[in-house]
This record gives sequence, structure tokens and C-alpha cells, in this order.
Amino acid sequence: MIPELGHFALILALLLAVVQAIFPLAGSLARSGAAGGSGNRPWMAMARPLAYGQLTMLIVAFAALTQAFMTSDFSVLYVANHSNSLLPDIYKVSAVWGGHEGSLLLWVLMMAAWGAAVAAFSKNLPLPVVARVIAVQGMIAVGFLLFMLLTSNPFERIFPVPQEGRDLNPLLQDPGLAIHPPMLYMGYVGFSVAFSFAVAALLGGRLDAAWARWSRPWTTVAWVFLTIGIMLGSWWAYYELGWGGWWFWDPVENASLMPWLIGTALIHSLAVTEKRAAFKSWTVLLAICAFSLSLLGTFLVRSGVLTSVHAFATDPERGLFILLFLCIVVGGSLALYAWRAPEVSDGGRFSLLSRESALLGNNLLFVAFTVLVLFGTLAPLIYEAFNWGKISVGFPWFNKMFLALAPFLAILLGLGPATRWKRDEPARLIRSLWWALALSVAVLALSALPILGDGDLWVPVGLALAAWLLFSHAAIVRERVKNKGGLTHFGRAVLADLRGGGRSFYGMVTAHIGVAVFIVGVTMVSNYQLEEDVRMSPGDSHDIAAYRFEFLGAQQVPGPNYLAQRGEFKVYRGDREIARLFPEKRAYLGGGMPMTEAAIDPGLFRDIYVSLGEPVGNDGDWALRLYYKPFVRWIWLGAILMAIGGTLAVSDPRYRSARVRAGAKAGAGDKAPATA
Amino acid sequence: MKARQKRMLFVGVAILGVGVAASLALSALQSNIAYFFSPSQVHAGEHPTDAVFRVGGLVVEDTLARQEDGLTVRFDVTDNAKTVPVSYTGILPDLFGEGQGVVAKGRIGTDGVFYADEVLAKHDESYMPPEVQDTLQTAHVEGVIDAAGEAGDTAARTLSQ
Repeated sequence: MIPELGHFALILALLLAVVQAIFPLAGSLARSGAAGGSGNRPWMAMARPLAYGQLTMLIVAFAALTQAFMTSDFSVLYVANHSNSLLPDIYKVSAVWGGHEGSLLLWVLMMAAWGAAVAAFSKNLPLPVVARVIAVQGMIAVGFLLFMLLTSNPFERIFPVPQEGRDLNPLLQDPGLAIHPPMLYMGYVGFSVAFSFAVAALLGGRLDAAWARWSRPWTTVAWVFLTIGIMLGSWWAYYELGWGGWWFWDPVENASLMPWLIGTALIHSLAVTEKRAAFKSWTVLLAICAFSLSLLGTFLVRSGVLTSVHAFATDPERGLFILLFLCIVVGGSLALYAWRAPEVSDGGRFSLLSRESALLGNNLLFVAFTVLVLFGTLAPLIYEAFNWGKISVGFPWFNKMFLALAPFLAILLGLGPATRWKRDEPARLIRSLWWALALSVAVLALSALPILGDGDLWVPVGLALAAWLLFSHAAIVRERVKNKGGLTHFGRAVLADLRGGGRSFYGMVTAHIGVAVFIVGVTMVSNYQLEEDVRMSPGDSHDIAAYRFEFLGAQQVPGPNYLAQRGEFKVYRGDREIARLFPEKRAYLGGGMPMTEAAIDPGLFRDIYVSLGEPVGNDGDWALRLYYKPFVRWIWLGAILMAIGGTLAVSDPRYRSARVRAGAKAGAGDKAPATA
Repeated sequence: MKARQKRMLFVGVAILGVGVAASLALSALQSNIAYFFSPSQVHAGEHPTDAVFRVGGLVVEDTLARQEDGLTVRFDVTDNAKTVPVSYTGILPDLFGEGQGVVAKGRIGTDGVFYADEVLAKHDESYMPPEVQDTLQTAHVEGVIDAAGEAGDTAARTLSQ
């Protein structure tokens, strides 16, 4: 009965979405002659309640599915395929989004949540803008709800009812992965808000600094979620897949990276649009691209057109539907863009040496990154389409492409925030940054000396770039504090600034320092990591770096819903025992599929990593993987700093008051043409 | 220089830059892609002998054997028409098993053994790499045609006798 209620709620949500897509938009475009305002007010006023109603219906549907999982109602096909009565409760909840249908439900739920959030936190926005944004959200929701109801209904029943469920894919039975998809989806879907703002602006023909100021915090929040989502995915792959890598350039990973890259370009170009009213149509194009790439990502993951370690068993019909939807969204929004964008004048001239130029460079580099990733990801499809054979693109190619562009980006990243808007003097720039440059050259020289002649200079280059980022941002902060007259009480001045209007500035600095930390992590782990596959008998020892691994043997240990072979290791540094590690090989009772659970001794400067391969021979020998990973945590630490930076920037009180001002101004501006 | 000329120059330089970058990226791509061949294609000699490529199909039952060192494994991969022996040193992915679909990446040795340095893992038990699926289907269709052809031949021969 409850699953039917959920199904019914989904259908109601679809109907609401249809209304939401039509009436507020029609109302905002209508020219009513009634007193004063433009548009049909009652129709526009429907937007907010509809957004809340949409969210309510989807919460009901989601709760119904969760209830089916908690009570192990195997008469629901989706539950029978993705759960098991032995599954621990926490994973019964995460199993709700452990498969295709449920993750789609989570996607639409989050989209409704973003829509409701726009409705709730947009009190300062003019009503026509709110109506249009929510209507565009409604259109996207119609697409996804139709997709769910037609091809992937999570509430479908199965008869006869199976005694037991097929169990959740063991790889997904992990706390990291329980929160990874929601975070990632929050990011993906969050870009739909940026997209809706952009399309709404195109529809209304009003693209200005106020528009940028409204959509900026939303975009940044979405970007923060996506950053955390990608970071969790990388971290999860690192410890759960047992391969010890943190990024594989797998199509599915690339699918999440592309919106992130464009999203990063977008939050920077929004800054220019807000501050200088320049790059307007470019910003809109980026907003359209960010969400289109999110949809493309969904298509790649769900259609199974690409070989991927992440691929789920798939269904061509679903792929076709998403492709069609993708074409409508991309085609429709680009057509609207082509129609409306030329009317937008690009104001704000700037000279070659200015922050606008630096941010333009940032945008071009990020777009180049995205094009490369997109090309590398789709190359197998292109080759197949032209009958050139079935290929896969090796990850060395992606690495090479990134290494070719990353240094430019890092240099620019240090320069950009130090430069002034509109025009700057080279002499002034050199005066404020010379010591940062000198220090990073010193780092380059110091780290290059010991390895001179060995050929590979990536380590000194990487460290010098990180140092450049750190010191140039120190110089930038110094400059700002100096201008505020607080250089003698540096700490106090910064704190006061943080309480005042400086949060978005320090958010930017934090995120950029995150990039430096990330660069250090990547540089160190890719050049100094050690990986060995070995065969060990109980009692054997093996040396890697300065560490000695002693294998004590493996035993069978029962878990809640699995049987594990658990190995025991002592790790020594010199004569001192520094860690005991217990890697496991699990066989889940629900399905026959084995699962490697790596054991890691984490540290800020190095991880020690052991994973069990398989038993060899009859004497308790095992094939094992032993890893030494220096600075690997810095990669995720860098991503966390970026996310903290983004959060700090959004919390800037300037936004709130600025929004009020902008709203008042825009409201006045909106009335003008109607009375005219 | 007039503003217009300046702009043309800028556009020219930009196009040149993008062109150079794209050709560099493409040439780098050429040395980093791995083509896919089915066991039948390998038997027909269509594969490269000096480059990395991929081979895929099903792991033949009862062919998985571990070598002395405990880390090297040998197994046969089939498309149900032909088989290719594969050797791999290292730890196999969790979902590897006899009768399962695999894609291996590596080079072929002069002894006809495919030395893989990567064996594709997957996340889902019921997932089949699209290449493998295609391979099996092609081999199946050709097998049916062959069988039909042979049957036809036999019938013809019987008639003529």
C-alpha cells in the first residue's frame, strides 16, 4: 500500500511540475494592462507554493521508498534487487540510492529541494525573476519525472514475492559511499539553479550585475557540494577499490569532473559579471554548459555506452531517453542563447594587465581542460562511430594534457587576485609580489639541486608552483590588510576583516591555498609512491621505503552479513612497531561476490596501505599489495580547503545586504518599461 | 594598427594557438590509445605486434592457473569461437572469475601469449563490458552462419552424390 502511495506522490509531483513549468513563466511574460506591474501576478505568485508542493510530494515518495527498504518489502522489485534482510540498517537507508531508480529519485528530490530553497531565500528578488527561475526548474523536473515514471519506476512490484533480496552491491556498503552520491547530486543538481537563473535572464532579456549577484551564491554552494562529492568519490576509490589510486580518468569520474571544471570557470566569470558587468553572455553560456555537462554525465553513467569500472548494468532505452532529454535541454537553451544573447551588450572595457584579463585566462584554461577531458572521454565513441576501431584512451594521455596546462593555471592563480580591476601597472604588481616570486624560485632551486641530472623536474616545479601560490596569496592578504591600516596587528586586523565584509576575500584565499595543498599532494604521491605486489607466507617480512611489513597470517572472521578472511600485519619503522593493520577479503552472504577491504595507517605525511589479493597454495600464503603513499592526504585536504573557501565566500554578509539593494533596484527597473 | 586589425591579429593568433594545441593533443592521443580485438581477430592476425592493445571475452572454465611465483596467473579468453592465452602478474580484480567477461590490456609475445599489464575490473556482477558483449554476439552470429553454410554444403554434397 505504501509503495503505491509513493508512486502516486510521484505522479502528483509530475503534474505539479507541469503546472510549475507553464503558469509562472506565462505569467511573467504576459503583459497585463492592470495597474502598474508587468505580467500576471496571480500566475507568477503560484511559483513559490508549487515549488514547496513539489518538494512535499517528493519527500513523500522518498519516505515511501525508504520505508520499503527499512521493512525489507521485497515485493518491490527495486528493494528486492538492492537490499537484503541481513543488511545493517544504516546501509538499508543508503541502499535507497544504491541503484539506478533510487538514485534518480534522490536526484529529483534534491532538485525539488533546491527549487524550494530558491523559493524560500529569494524574498528580495523581483517576482518575475523568481517565477521564471522556478518555471525553468519545473521544466527540468518534468523531464526527470517523466523519465522515472516511464523507464525507471522505483515502486514497481514483483510477483511472486522473493523470500530474500539480492543484497546491495558490497562496494556500496561503506560510509564513504553512503554520502558520496548525495553530495555529488547536490552539486550536479545545484548547477540546475545556475542554469535556471541564466535561462530566466535570457527569457526576460535582462542580464546585468544584479543577475550575477543573485545567482552567484547559488552557484558557489553547488560548486562546494560538487567539490566535496568528487573528493569523497576519490577517497572512496582509494581505500575501497583496493588499488590505492586516487583518480583513474575513468569515464564516470570524468563525467563528474567536467561540470566541476566548467563550474569553477563559472564562479570566476560570475565574479567579473558582478563586479564589472563584463563577460555577461559568456557567463550565461558557462551556466548553460555546467548543467548540460551534469546531464551528459548522467547519460554516460546510465546508458553504459562507455566501458567503465563504475558502469552499472544498464538499459539502452534509458540511455536513449536521457540523450533525447539532453538534446532538448542543450539545444533549447543554446537556441535561446543564440536568439537573446546578442542583445546583451558587453560593458566594461579593460586593459591587458587587469584582473579581468587574468580571470579570462582562468576561464580559457578551465574550458580547455574541459574540452580535453570531454574529448578523451568521448574519443572511444567517436572512433566507433567512424568505424576506426574500438579504443580506450590511456590515463597517461589525460595526465600529460593536465600537466601541460596546470603550470599556466597555477602561475595565473597567483597573479590574478593581486591584480587590480580594469587596469594595473606592471611596476606596482612587481613591487607587491617580488618577494613571493623570489621565495618560490628559491624553493625551485633548493628542491631541484639534489636531483639535478636525474632528468625529471616535475617535483621541483610542482613544489615551486605550490610555494608561489602560498606566498603570492600571503602578499595579497598583506596588501589588503595594509590598505585597511592594520599591518602592525596583523591577526587582529584579519579577524576584524572576517567579521566585516572580508569573508568572500578570505574564502577566495582559502580555496586558492587549497589548490597549493592539492598540488603538493599530487606532486609527492605521483613521484614518490611505492607499490608492490608480493607473495608472503605467515611470518614473512617485506621492506618498503623505511617501513617493514610483517605478515602474521590470515584468519576467518564473521561479520554482520559477510564472512571475512582477515590478515594481520605489524608495521615497523626501524625497530619500533608503528601500526597493526587488518586488511580483509569479504564474501557477502547475499551474493557470491568477494570484496577487498584495504587496511590503511593514515598520516599527514604518508599513508601505509595493505590489501589482500588472494590466497596462494595451501600453506596460508597470500598474494598481497603493499603501498607507501607520501602526502596522499593533501590531495583531499586541498579539496576540503577549496570547499571551506567556497562556504566562507557564500557566508559573506555583503551578499545579503547586496541582494536587498539589488532587489530594490531591479524592482524599480522592472516597473519602468511597463509604465512607459 | 587600427582596432579592427588588432582584433583580426588576435583572432588569427588564437586560431593558430588552438590549432597547434589540438594537433599536439591528437598526436599524444595516437600513442596512448589501445585498440580492442576479439580472440578471433587476434587469430586472424589483425592485431598490432608492436603496440599495446586490448583483448576481451569470457574466461574459459578450468584454465585459470597460478604459476610458481604465486603472483603470475594464466588463463584463456574466448569469444566462443577462438581462444587466446593470457598471462598476468599481479592481483586480479575482485570480480574476476572463470566464465566471467574480462578485458585485458597489454602486448602479445612471440610465443602467442598475451601479456597483460591491466585486467579490467567492474563494479557490478551483472555488468558486461560493451566490447565483450559485441564480441560474443559477432562470434555467435558468424558461428551460426558458418554452421548454416556447412549444413548447406553437406546437404548439397548429399544431393549431388
